[in-house]
Amino acid sequence: MTETVKNTALFLGVAALVVITGFMQSWNSAILIVNMGLISAIMAIGVNLQWGFAGLFNVGIMGFVALGGLAVVLVSEPISPEAWSAGGWGIVLALLLGAATVFAAVMATKRMPKGRSRTLTILVVLIAGFVIYRAVFDPNVMAVEAINPAAAGNIGGLGLPVLLAWPAGGLLAAGAAWLIGKTALGLRSDYLAIATLGIAEIIIAVMKNEDWLARGVKNVIGLPRPVPYEIDLQNDPGFVESAASLGLDPVTASTLYVKLGYSVLFTVVLLALLWMAQMALKSPWGRMMRAIRDNEVAAEAMGKDVTRRHLQVFVLGSAVCGIAGAMMTTLDGQLTPGTYQPLRFTFLIWVMVIVGGSGNNFGAVLGAMLIWFLWVQVEPLGLWLMNVITFGLPEGSALKSHLIDSAAHMRLLTMGIILLLVLRFSPRGLIPEK
Amino acid sequence: MSGNPYQDGRGNKDASITNTKGIGTMTPAHRKSGPTTKVDGGPFLIGDTMTGGYGKGPDILHECTIAVNPGEIAVIVGPNGAGKSTAMKAVFGMLDVRSGSVRLDGEDITRLTPQDRVVKGMGFVPQTSNIFTSMTVEENLEMGAFIRRDDIRDTMEQVYDLFPILREKRYQAAGELSGGQRQQVAVGRALMTKPKVLMLDEPTAGVSPIVMDELFDRIIEVSRTGLPILMVEQNAKQALAIADKGYVLVQGRNAFTGTGKELLEDPEVRKSFLGG
Amino acid sequence: MDLLNAFVALSNFVLIPAIAYGSQLALGALGVTLIYGILRFSNFAHGDTMAFGAMITVLVTWWLQSMGIGLGPLPTALLALPFGILGCMVLVLVTDRMVYRFYREQKAKPVILVIVSMGVMFIMNGLVRFIIGPNDQNFADGERFLISARDFKKMTGLEEGLAIKSTQALTVVVAVICVALLFWFLNKTRTGKSMRAYSDNEDLALLSGINPERVVMYTWLIVAALATTAGVLYGLDKSFKPFVYFQLLLPIFASAIVGGLGSPLGAIAGGFVIAFSEVTVTYAWKKVLGYFAPAGMEPDGLVQLLSTDYKFAVSFVILLIVLLFKPTGLFKGKAV
Repeated sequence: MTETVKNTALFLGVAALVVITGFMQSWNSAILIVNMGLISAIMAIGVNLQWGFAGLFNVGIMGFVALGGLAVVLVSEPISPEAWSAGGWGIVLALLLGAATVFAAVMATKRMPKGRSRTLTILVVLIAGFVIYRAVFDPNVMAVEAINPAAAGNIGGLGLPVLLAWPAGGLLAAGAAWLIGKTALGLRSDYLAIATLGIAEIIIAVMKNEDWLARGVKNVIGLPRPVPYEIDLQNDPGFVESAASLGLDPVTASTLYVKLGYSVLFTVVLLALLWMAQMALKSPWGRMMRAIRDNEVAAEAMGKDVTRRHLQVFVLGSAVCGIAGAMMTTLDGQLTPGTYQPLRFTFLIWVMVIVGGSGNNFGAVLGAMLIWFLWVQVEPLGLWLMNVITFGLPEGSALKSHLIDSAAHMRLLTMGIILLLVLRFSPRGLIPEK
Repeated sequence: MSGNPYQDGRGNKDASITNTKGIGTMTPAHRKSGPTTKVDGGPFLIGDTMTGGYGKGPDILHECTIAVNPGEIAVIVGPNGAGKSTAMKAVFGMLDVRSGSVRLDGEDITRLTPQDRVVKGMGFVPQTSNIFTSMTVEENLEMGAFIRRDDIRDTMEQVYDLFPILREKRYQAAGELSGGQRQQVAVGRALMTKPKVLMLDEPTAGVSPIVMDELFDRIIEVSRTGLPILMVEQNAKQALAIADKGYVLVQGRNAFTGTGKELLEDPEVRKSFLGG
Repeated sequence: MDLLNAFVALSNFVLIPAIAYGSQLALGALGVTLIYGILRFSNFAHGDTMAFGAMITVLVTWWLQSMGIGLGPLPTALLALPFGILGCMVLVLVTDRMVYRFYREQKAKPVILVIVSMGVMFIMNGLVRFIIGPNDQNFADGERFLISARDFKKMTGLEEGLAIKSTQALTVVVAVICVALLFWFLNKTRTGKSMRAYSDNEDLALLSGINPERVVMYTWLIVAALATTAGVLYGLDKSFKPFVYFQLLLPIFASAIVGGLGSPLGAIAGGFVIAFSEVTVTYAWKKVLGYFAPAGMEPDGLVQLLSTDYKFAVSFVILLIVLLFKPTGLFKGKAV
């Protein structure tokens, strides 16, 4: 069996799983799996760029995904002139002051000679900067948050089409990645893992607490969509007619239509990014990337700027994750900072990349689709399994109810077992790097 | 990409998750020891017509023979890349010896792991990373005697008598010592097992000429106690001067063999390897 | 008098909670740093190891409570702790045997082991939730306070009260005992020294006849004991919730790195640095400052530098600062 045949078979296998879901459960849930699978595949491509091509260990994927989600709110929500006049500009000013403080401190660190006077200057700059920042920031935040707190209380967005939020999400994530990379990469050994782990937590904390930004844990719901609303479709006689000609009732047809609309959009983005990732991999840039990965000393001796390359690939990969995050928030139609969990948004993506095959873009896509399918389906399967296991136990026994209640937690267990099995028996993943 | 996927770390050098300092790099020929057999006669330690290489790689040694007897100092010299250290590593079990054998004290130990060779009485001082830098001098010596269950105080006193500076610095971290003192710690550590044979891999690499002379004096002193010493040396002239037996290796083969004096006087050896 | 009141308020709201939290972080960070020093990778499953050990302790505590066995004023969990430690030891040894050992034999790169530990993290996390569920569990009993705020006020006649929870006192006492035992073990015993030697120079340790598998086994046993103790103390002080232990991984890693990975002394220092900065930065200083300011000049705001939700952010800012100025951590992260 040649490699192409094997890989095609693997993809067909995953497709078959989805089709089975369609027949056994419902097409709605099958397409939902596909949609989230497509988004996961994009995240996996991003992580694969970093880990597969460059050996960079990013455990802050969640943060970049969340930034993408934030971008959706900031780009597509209607403009809120009220908030801007109340305190929006003040907040911007405060943030600029904060940035200026940090910049001044960094400059002082770089320019001044080492010694007590430098330490003192830095301290004074930081403390004075912080006090001024808070003095400007706090009243303006209060003013913005006071505006209709039940429904708004935030600075709103730019009122632009939601599709624009996707590249914007990428840019936002790229910016954050650049900052992290600049500080954590470049030393003889890097500290990327702990830096990304921490920054991701900080990003989530900011998004949960800064209500003026995107309403924090009060969530932003009803975000604009790039596809029509179901209710509009159902009221469209033309649509109802064509649904009837396919033998579908209008409600099912409209939900399927909307979901399929998303699928098409996501597939286009995935294919575009996949194509770019493949091109990058085969380009001189990609070859150099892998040369650095496989022998950094030799690459450095040949005059390659390793730190620069690492920074580039880290920013690119994070941007891809940001795009995926924006797409996910668009699909959900809401931003809920409380739902970002590292297990789901960081470590699960890692499982996808490792299982698919680190270093291979197609592997990352396959792994993402497969793992996402399992993530969704393990729970009903686990419940069924528990029901079978406890079949012999008397009704109402404590053990039985405990086991059935706990079936929901099978999912984490299964992901761990899959990861360990693949690492042990097929360490290069399902579609290994060539 | 290396052949073993588990050893492919993708060039990651993230110090917040991985610790590569002091990580094991040894590639012993055997992971588990095979049987040993009794053999009669021959020198006390001999690597007999050894042919072999690392792992599945090509042969680096070709029918190379190295031997040493009690009270003797045997020195392996030769040009760079001649397989000097390789020959010693073969004797110590770090190289897959495909034909030939290694015998110690009337026993064929070709199939033992390096650790078991230590138990059998081999003391080995590697060329680099040969001390525990974060531990005190005394702790280094204690770790040298790890396999012993009896009282080690006498041996430690002997080591301190041999290297008095170590007694002075016994509570200092070994990593803080000078190059020559570190080498003394390294040799002292190997002596703590009360070995039957001592093997030194370039003990004078990277130390000043004065320290080198002092180290050679100490090595002669150790040898006078009857302990056979096998040594690889870069500084061929000085080493052969104190050697009872010399082996000149070229490309993994014995080129010349004789007493140190013979080799020093051999015109061909002088011309090719000793710079006239 | 004001000064005394201010100090009491400070102790009550900042010093005592920070010391207790710092001890818990230090115990956790010690486990991470030992694994890092000897097995040479950062163990992502450490938080869940803590959760597992604590869970066994909780279950045994419930059983003891149902049998009517207790320690009077001390929490019953103390009696159950050895069982928790034993259970955790069994778990980590089985994990090592079934998972990690294979990679050691393969001489796998440490970063591969990090990924492996992610898998173990998933499994342990799932296991704990499977057995005890994801919810809050209360298992503290015995005396709640060593000194209650009311008693303290009565005793001293001060305006401010000082409350010391018995769990806080217990945390510090147990942590001190654990740390003392650990340092004695690492510096004075043959096995402890062999662990340090292995961490320092694996090849040379092998040549000295130190058996790596034994070193690894002892490391796991110690780590299990430390993790369970840290988990139980944290659970007694706050409450037992599996997800919280997973989240603790972050400040624990931060502590270990701030102190210098691989250095036990650093792990302890790092734990306290992180704990103190978290508590002080997120504490509302209004009360304490009120005692210092002249009459009429008391601060109106809460004088809180950051909201408490940012406490994780604080650990990482501290971490970043330390890494920027001292990349090897406060204690030079040398081998164990």
